[in-house]
Amino acid sequence: MPPRKTAAKAAAATPNVSADELKTYYREMLLIRRFEEKAGQLYGMGLIGGFCHLYIGQEAVVVGLEAAAEEGDKRVTSYRDHGHMLACGMDPKGVMAELTGREGGYSKGKGGSMHMFSKEKHFYGGHGIVAAQVPIGAGLAFADKYQGNGRVTFTYFGDGAANQGQVAETYNMAQLWDLPVIFVIENNQYAMGTSVKRATKSPDFWERGAAYGIAGEAVDGMDVLAVKAAGEKAVAHCRAGKGPYILEVMTYRYRGHSMSDPAKYRTREEVQEMREKRDAIEHVRQMLLTGGHASEDDLKRIDKEIKEIVNEAAEFSKESPEPHLDELWTDIYADAAPQNA
Amino acid sequence: MATEILMPALSPTMEEGTLAKWLVKEGDTVSAGDIIAEIETDKATMEFEAVDEGVIGKILVAEGTEGVKVNTPIAVIGEAGEDMSKAEAASAPAPVALETSEGKADAAPATAAVPAQAAAPRTDRTPDWPEGTAMKTQTVREALRDAMAEEMRRDDSVFVMGEEVAEYQGAYKVTQGLLDEFGAKRVIDTPITEHGFAGLGVGAAFGGLRPIVEFMTFNFAMQAIDHIINSAAKTLYMSGGQMGAPMVFRGPNGAAARVGAQHSQDYAAWYSSIPGLKVVQPYSAADAKGLLKTAIRDPNPVIFLENEILYGRSFEVPDLEDFTIPFGKAKIWREGTDVTIVSFGIGMTYALAAAEELAKEGIEAEVIDLRTLRPIDYDTVIASVMKTNRCVTVEEGFPVCSMGNHLSAYIMTHAFDYLDAPVLNCTGKDVPMPYAANLEKHALTSVPEVVAAVKSVTYR
Ligand SMILES: Cc1ncc(C[n+]2csc(CCOP(=O)(O)OP(=O)(O)O)c2C)c(N)n1
Ligand SMILES: [Mg+2]
Repeated sequence: MPPRKTAAKAAAATPNVSADELKTYYREMLLIRRFEEKAGQLYGMGLIGGFCHLYIGQEAVVVGLEAAAEEGDKRVTSYRDHGHMLACGMDPKGVMAELTGREGGYSKGKGGSMHMFSKEKHFYGGHGIVAAQVPIGAGLAFADKYQGNGRVTFTYFGDGAANQGQVAETYNMAQLWDLPVIFVIENNQYAMGTSVKRATKSPDFWERGAAYGIAGEAVDGMDVLAVKAAGEKAVAHCRAGKGPYILEVMTYRYRGHSMSDPAKYRTREEVQEMREKRDAIEHVRQMLLTGGHASEDDLKRIDKEIKEIVNEAAEFSKESPEPHLDELWTDIYADAAPQNA
Repeated sequence: MATEILMPALSPTMEEGTLAKWLVKEGDTVSAGDIIAEIETDKATMEFEAVDEGVIGKILVAEGTEGVKVNTPIAVIGEAGEDMSKAEAASAPAPVALETSEGKADAAPATAAVPAQAAAPRTDRTPDWPEGTAMKTQTVREALRDAMAEEMRRDDSVFVMGEEVAEYQGAYKVTQGLLDEFGAKRVIDTPITEHGFAGLGVGAAFGGLRPIVEFMTFNFAMQAIDHIINSAAKTLYMSGGQMGAPMVFRGPNGAAARVGAQHSQDYAAWYSSIPGLKVVQPYSAADAKGLLKTAIRDPNPVIFLENEILYGRSFEVPDLEDFTIPFGKAKIWREGTDVTIVSFGIGMTYALAAAEELAKEGIEAEVIDLRTLRPIDYDTVIASVMKTNRCVTVEEGFPVCSMGNHLSAYIMTHAFDYLDAPVLNCTGKDVPMPYAANLEKHALTSVPEVVAAVKSVTYR
């Protein structure tokens, strides 16, 4: 990681969670990882096309924050969205079938990897344009505040996105109107091939909130408990009506930016070191084992369960038929307005 | 000397108003900036200030008068001690002569008038490079890179800026090797800030440089479209010709493969509708090279629409030290007598494949590649339609307000009597691009669609 002024906060020595909770996080992170590995395979087999951005390495970010969320809270993110969907409880089958462009996908096969939504789970996409989700997230929070429903919106974006102009514009409005939105900067150190230090001389992204009066902090994103703790603090801030909060979560993606990234901008050693020393799933696994909360056998059982869920999702995504050709012409207008051509 | 105070126009739309109140009376001395009257417009009551100092001689319009036309004299102001008893006699300004002379009417833009008969089109059929020029095989990607490199060697003020253009060697590898040759001063990686760096590029162009702004894809140029249109395209006009933005905005445009609605759009018609921009959409590698070199040298902002799917296609490119292709010169890829197929960019792949199929059935299509969409080589299109009497246009963009729509209107206006069938437009469907493979195929235009359109206009 590049040197930073502010050290991300590490988890407390004795985490304030139950063994069951810890096992849940392990399970959820593992589901994302295995799902993404499978998606990578299906891409290689030509079953998934276009862009496909894997979340491997960053699992603790969404799992930790979802642990801090309540029913009804909203989330919106970029194209690197599979993990977010799984973590908020969307069905792996529906997500995988969208990746293969089939009728059983969350968008009936019309959205693809980058554009998926679930009203039921309050997941507002899946956005292909870098940083477009940031004002959208503030807008969701605006609606919540307007309706007085006490909800909070998690707005996820990358270190690259953090430099877009609309982020600055959104910060200003969010603080001006005390919107209950948590800006989660998933700082995985790279925007495609551009490292943070090649994109800005102000690399402590959370500090930029200060210019608008927005509180925030940096968090160790490889530690699910640290993420959860920071998430709870941010959620409390928002729910108390104190306006937005920024969490800059320090994380790392193990895979290329998308499936077609040659990844020449970083060394193999750098990736290897993160995997070996900082892996979020391994971290929880060790906590479970050394704390005596789970045996190797318990964990194997979980691994097996996850594998089955992922295999079922993959099977479903292959068997679900392609969308009917009539679908080309549906969902363009909310009413029966005629096409213009 | 006495001067008249005229009824002012206090809003852009005001034609007349009410002289609500005089705040001065005859004989009062006023200085510039004193409020002398209140005037009611259709929107508000405004205070009206004296512009000069002097003595109010005569009030010509009493307060309370409604419907006072803008520019009507309302008072006379003179120097202290001046006799202004004759001020009343000051004549109203002579009415501005309206230009009704026939000579003026004739000067109306040619496009507005219906041509009596299509004037013989002037087509430029000179070859793009000398006969016998040695050729080499190159991909479109290599040709674009060479064009930039050659122009950067030729002119120090040319630089390339965009996301991942330098160290990563270009997201689609079009700028491969440029950083090595020209260094970080001239090949510049930007943060992901399209609106910012497009605007910065415009400023650099105002400041005397020749920027090539790469958009990773033109989908992301929508973040920057305000600067492209409001800053780059209009400044020459707004500055009365003093300054403009000689620069190139380039990058892949249109549908790639399976990248979904937000990453698959053809902007040809959008940019082509903007006066002040030039718009290029090449098909072959030779055209990509010759036209990009022209674009970089052009003194205007040029939108250069590439295509990801074409990047890897190989074509014959003239092996010349320096060759350019002028804007506004279409290329006829195939001569024919039965129908004219007009296309550009990747649309040419459908047009040429359809022509092959049609030839097997005895229908000879003339296939025209417009190459540049602003300016358009109308003459080549019209000359061809006068010969074939039928026309089909092919593009990937949306059907409403498409380039095909525009060409149809142009052909109707300029070669109506030559048409034996309506002009048909093959375009993408009127839907956002779907992700599913089967739907995507149907959303794009296709060779069978072009073949069917040709058969329809040739009544086969
Ligand atoms: C407006 C816009 N510009 C460029 C792109 C191309 N692009 C897609 S992802 C990406 C990098 C974004 O990096 P970051 O925000 O750090 O997110 P990460 O991919 O690391 O999750 C770029 C440049 C885009 N999709 N949208
Ligand atoms: Mg990143």
